[in-house]
Amino acid sequence: MEKWSNNKAWFLVLPVVIIVAFSAIIPLMTVINYSVQDIWGPGQSVFVGTEWFEEMLGNKRLHDALWRQFLFSGLVLLIEIPLGILIALAMPKRGWGASACLVTIAIPLLIPWNVIGTIWIIFTRPDIGLFGAAINQFVEFDHTARPLDAWITLMLMEVWHWTPLVALLAYAGLRAIPEAFYQAARIDGASAWSTFWYIQLPKMRGVLTIAVLLRFMDSFLIYAEPFVLTGGGPGNSTTFLSIYLVKIALGQFDLGPGAAFSLIYFVIVLFFSFMFYQALQRVGKGEKG
Amino acid sequence: MKVKKKTIGLLIYLGLLMIPLYWMLNMSLRSNADILASFTLYPKDITFVNYLKIFTDSSWYMGYVNSIIYVTMNTIISLSVALPAAYAFSRYQFVGDKQLFFWLLTNRMAPAAIFALPFFQLYSTIGLMDTHIAVALAHCLFNVPLAVWILEGFMSGVPREIDETAFIDGYSFPRFFITIFIPLIRAGVGVTAFFCFMFSWVELLLSRTLTVTEAKPIAAIMTRTISATGLDYGLLAAAGILTIVPGILVIWFVRNHMAKGFALGRV
Repeated sequence: MEKWSNNKAWFLVLPVVIIVAFSAIIPLMTVINYSVQDIWGPGQSVFVGTEWFEEMLGNKRLHDALWRQFLFSGLVLLIEIPLGILIALAMPKRGWGASACLVTIAIPLLIPWNVIGTIWIIFTRPDIGLFGAAINQFVEFDHTARPLDAWITLMLMEVWHWTPLVALLAYAGLRAIPEAFYQAARIDGASAWSTFWYIQLPKMRGVLTIAVLLRFMDSFLIYAEPFVLTGGGPGNSTTFLSIYLVKIALGQFDLGPGAAFSLIYFVIVLFFSFMFYQALQRVGKGEKG
Repeated sequence: MKVKKKTIGLLIYLGLLMIPLYWMLNMSLRSNADILASFTLYPKDITFVNYLKIFTDSSWYMGYVNSIIYVTMNTIISLSVALPAAYAFSRYQFVGDKQLFFWLLTNRMAPAAIFALPFFQLYSTIGLMDTHIAVALAHCLFNVPLAVWILEGFMSGVPREIDETAFIDGYSFPRFFITIFIPLIRAGVGVTAFFCFMFSWVELLLSRTLTVTEAKPIAAIMTRTISATGLDYGLLAAAGILTIVPGILVIWFVRNHMAKGFALGRV
């Protein structure tokens, strides 16, 4: 579908540009401003150039946090995307069952992020939590003391919290496939697997792009849930980038390094999101042609 | 047989989904002393003392009111600016359209953690600190791009002949847009409103930074209570349960729209 070419369309976009620019560009300028200065009080600062960027790029703890973050986001995508698709495939197509499933599945998405952390504290504590008490019957498990246990708890929480989003999006994609496609597949005697691989999966490309992008961005920026659940511990084992960033910027009030850190962080997220976007677009084109 | 297996799998999943929530409900119906004293799978002496405290203490229940006010404001602002913009992106080609679209999306990728401080300064400077509108505007940073993105998908699903016919029939653009086009994508508007509500309702960092007392959201009140008085698990669980209620109401209202929106395959 060719679009109409008309630059007056800018007038329709203008309100969005103004409102987003107000919340994005002014604060971003402030951050850039901080990142090149050494600030030790109101009105007392000196220009330091790229010193903070160099310091942050060589910072060992930042590197550790970055690898931790990659591991976390990678695991999140590997578990949540297939699981979400499976759930979507299993959901009823119509009737009250479909509505009931949609509403139930969406519940975790509507809980404030720190409440998610609270739920899982209550749920996994060895003394009062159902999960903690149950698992301690078999093996010793304490997410406040052992890094592996903390990771397991975090992953469980993350999968519990966000798989519904993937499932809802995948379900939306599945519903959009016309019945004629399935009929054709049945006539050809296609197996369930080839129906999935050649019809359902390609048709879900659009929504899965959104799902992968959203899950990558949000898991890469995760803050409130681990902050409440583990506080970045035990030790630094669950200190992700956002937690470390807040520690520097608001905890120690090191504005310069914090700002430099956040710009680096922003660029990393931007780069990977762009790569995912491009890759998924290309995969889709290959399948069509 | 195969269908059966699928359904069983789904039911197991739904069950697992509900267990942590059930546990919080269980905790919310017991007093803190009872929680710490004994481990039970269900509350033996049900008490509503935790809920009573929340409903009678204005520093607690005002948190819910504040959250609902700024979330509603944010949803209205996001939708009203995103609707025309999404139309422009879905129908027109203009200078810088692709770049603008990607720029909008990049704002969803910015770490909220670092925007906290600049936001604090910005809103203090313009005197909006500790107001509902400040939080609503700040949340536009990630909700407006998302709304444009979702709505653009829905609008692209509407054939352009409809626009052309309406313009030939002599409809002005605003009249066409409001009386014909928006009703056509009702489902999309419902789904978008749901997502705006959701992301604004669950956000903590910015809403906590931008408020002091007047507009403090419930999520922030909960964290403050943890740090100030140690953990009162029963009270915390009751507050948590109550934060889920508005969400469930909203899903309930948009569930038909959602089903329709999902049928269009555009989210």
